[in-house]
Formats: sequence, structure tokens, C-alpha cells
Amino acid sequence: MTLNTFKNVFFSVLFLAISFVGYATESPENENDKEFNAKEMIMHHVKDAHEFHVVDWNGKPITIALPIILWTDQGLTTFMSSEFHHDDSGSHIVEKDGMRFVKYHEKIYQLDANAQEVAFDAEHHPTNASLPTDLSITRNVFMMWISVIALLLVFISTARVYKKSNNKVPTGIAGFMEPLIVFVRDEIAKPMIGEHKYNKYMPYLLTVFFFIWINNIFGLIPIINGANVSGNIAFTLTLAVFTFIITTISGNKNYWKHIFWMPGVPVPMKIFLMPIEIVGMFVKPISLMIRLFANITAGHIIILALMSLIFIFETIAVAPVSVAFALFIGLIEIVVTAIQAYIFTVLSALYIGMATEEAHH
Amino acid sequence: MDLITPGLGLVFWTVITFLFLLIILKKFAWKPILGAVSDREEGIKKALASAENARKEMENLHADNERILKEARAERESLLKEARDIKNKMIDDAKGEAQTQANAIIEQAQAAIESEKKAAMAELKNHVAGLSIEIAEKVVRAELSNKDKQIQLVESMLGEAKLN
Repeated sequence: MTLNTFKNVFFSVLFLAISFVGYATESPENENDKEFNAKEMIMHHVKDAHEFHVVDWNGKPITIALPIILWTDQGLTTFMSSEFHHDDSGSHIVEKDGMRFVKYHEKIYQLDANAQEVAFDAEHHPTNASLPTDLSITRNVFMMWISVIALLLVFISTARVYKKSNNKVPTGIAGFMEPLIVFVRDEIAKPMIGEHKYNKYMPYLLTVFFFIWINNIFGLIPIINGANVSGNIAFTLTLAVFTFIITTISGNKNYWKHIFWMPGVPVPMKIFLMPIEIVGMFVKPISLMIRLFANITAGHIIILALMSLIFIFETIAVAPVSVAFALFIGLIEIVVTAIQAYIFTVLSALYIGMATEEAHH
Repeated sequence: MDLITPGLGLVFWTVITFLFLLIILKKFAWKPILGAVSDREEGIKKALASAENARKEMENLHADNERILKEARAERESLLKEARDIKNKMIDDAKGEAQTQANAIIEQAQAAIESEKKAAMAELKNHVAGLSIEIAEKVVRAELSNKDKQIQLVESMLGEAKLN
């Protein structure tokens, strides 16, 4: 078991070490023809996109086309992202259902009825186009679904191990996943929520823990690391809102009393504490949202910035330094993937525990 | 600014994806896995408790054994004592009987000896008497061959008879 664990860790590290070298070979062709702009490259990698850019080959981008789903004032419109022909400057116009669309800085604009071509103001905002509701399957959504498939495969096959063996002994994949599940139960749910109530929240905590963790890990894998799911604020916002909803719904009398009329302090203090507690109610999920987003995005930015050094200095001599530093940060990032998933889950459990705690004064 | 503005599309898809994942995993993964884990923990707890019980039972059994052994030992002791007593008594009895029997035999022997002695004496007396008479006859015969002597004898005899 220990030998296997060691082997797993060793190969993961080796694999990731190779993958960061992958950045170096990937990026030059990316920006070969024009002047290298580190900020643009990094932001392009960190943010969401409508197509899945894999690599540039002989100056031609190899991408996975993803469906674009738009909700306009005339209803639903769908087409594939390949129809933009990799254009992101707003110059290629796609006509669909009598409407014209352009893609500019990863945003889909609907041109006004009489506009022939998109016009920009001084701040580079389109003046004659509007933003329809964009429900496209972006590369983050795509990656998120891949992570869902991976999670389902892993955990349903784990569950099958127990179903098959009548003595409930964890073998194979269950031997690897069970300690993690038991860890979430014994180190997160039980101490934070309490022995009697934790069971109800276990599915949420387990799902959120593994969902964040696997997306953090997928964000570190090259080629597909363009998708920065758990470093996207929309993703972290959604999960934080889930925690907020669960906390608020399961809040008992004691919890609301502590927010609106703090027991055990004088009346002026009660009045003083009320707004603070009300703000605190919202600050908790907001902190969850920002922490995960900032940590994961920062990790991506640091690695990409280190790699950018090679192209900023325009010499291969910097490469060993960049690769060494990126490798070092990458190793830290591997730890961060687990730590951030753990922190998000632990704090969610803590907030739920605070909301369900019984009065003990 | 784009970086920290949540995109509506991604929020929408994350909600749907997460709820889907939560429901599916809850039903097909978390429930059976957590169930199996807690079942196993229950089983281990039960096994430990039953082992503890068995240990206690063994202890009790051991104590019982000890007690039974002690009792057996005491019983053996008493049995041996009884046997020894019986043996002694039997020896004593035998000795007493032997004594009385010996005494009786001795007495009988003595009586027999006595009677034998008496018989022997009587026979001896008879014999002696016979012998005496014979001798006397011979003597008398020899004596009586001569007249004087006959008279002398008669006289001495008479003298003797007088003394009686």
C-alpha cells in the first residue's frame, strides 16, 4: 500500500513535471507572428473561451469546436464556434436566424439590425452591438463535464466494489478512495458539524470536495489546462451560493438568534452586533468564492508568467530558470489543489455547523 | 475586469452540472460507500465487543474450572482420608480379631497341652504303677523266697501304712 502510494505520487509528480515543460513548447508558436504580449497570453489562458484551443501547428490553431447557445430577443440560437473561424477581433460576422453575431474578446455580440460591421468607441467597446444572453458550452463547461464523467466513473466503480464483495472489504479503487471519503467524514464533517447531524450534509460536502479537487487537478494538466474551471469566479460563486443556501436553510433558532439578537450581551451591544452579523452572513460565502478563485487563478498566472519570461527576454537561456521555477510552483500547486478543496469543504462544513449548533449557554 | 465578472452562462451550467453530479453521486456512490463503511465499522465494533465478551466468558470459565478443581482436590483429600481411616480401622479390627483368635488358639492349645499333659501324666503314673508293681513283684518275689524277709516286708509296709 505504502509502496503503491509512493509510486502514484512519484508518477504524478513526474507527469506534471513533463507537463510544465509542455508550456514552453506550446507558447512560442502561439504568438510567433506578432509581438509577444504576456498579459494577453496569460489572460487568454486564465479566462473562459468559446472554443477549446489545443495547440498551434504550423501556424494553424488546432481547436475543438464547441456549441454556442444564445438567447436573443427572438429566442434560442445555436451554432458551432468553428463558424467564427478562430476570429476573436469582431471582424468575422456569422449570420444565423436572420441575426448577425461577432465574437470580440471572447464575448458574443449581436449586431444591430442596420449595422454592417462592428464599430468601437475609444475604450474598444462595440457601439452598435448588444450582448445576448450567452449560455454557450464554453471550454470551462466542457472541462467541467469531463470532470463530472471522471468523478462518476471513479466513484460509481468505487461503490460497485462494495456491492460486489459481501464482506465490504475495500479492494482496488475503493482502497484508494475510501481513505479520502473517510477523511472528509471524520476530519471535516464530524468535527465541524457534530456527530449527530453530519450525515445529512455528507453528500454535499463529499461532492463539493471532489468536484473542486478534480477541477483543480485538471487545471494543472497541459493541453487541457486552458480550461481554468475552479479558477473561474462564476464557478466559485455558484459553489459558494450553494453553501450559503444550505447554511441559511438549515439555520436553527439559535443561529438566527445569534445574528439578530445576540444572547448574553447588553442591549446596545445587541443592536451594534446585528448589522455586523448580517454582513457576516454574506461575507462568509463571498470569502469562499474569492479564496478559491484567487488561489487557483494566481497559480495559473504565476506559472504562465514564469514561462513568459522566455519570450519577453527572447532567449532560450532563460528557459532552464523558467522551467525550474515553474516546476517548483507546479509542485506547490499540486498541494494547493488538495488544500483549496479541503479549505472550501472545511469552511462550508464549519458554516453549516455554526448554523445547526444547539444553544449551550 | 472580465476576470472577476462571473459569466452568466458558466453560472447556469455550473448549477445544472453540480446539481446533477450531487444527485447522481448521492444515489449511486455516497450512499452505498458510506453505508458499506459504516456497516463495516459497526461490524468491527460488534466483533470487538463479542471478543471482549468471549474473553470474559473464558475468564469465568477459568474461574469455574479453578473452583471445580479445588472442589475435586478437597473431595479427593476427604476420600483419601476416609480410605485411610477405613484402612486403619480394618487393620485395627483385623488385629483385634487376630489377637482374640490367637488368644483362643493359645488357650485351646494350652488346654490341649494341659489335657495331654494330664493324659501323659496319667499314663506315666499308670506306667510307673505298672513298673512299680512289676518291680515290686520282682522284689517281693526275690524277697519272699526267704521267710524272714517276708515278714520284715510286711512289717515295714504296715509301718508305712500307719504313717499314712
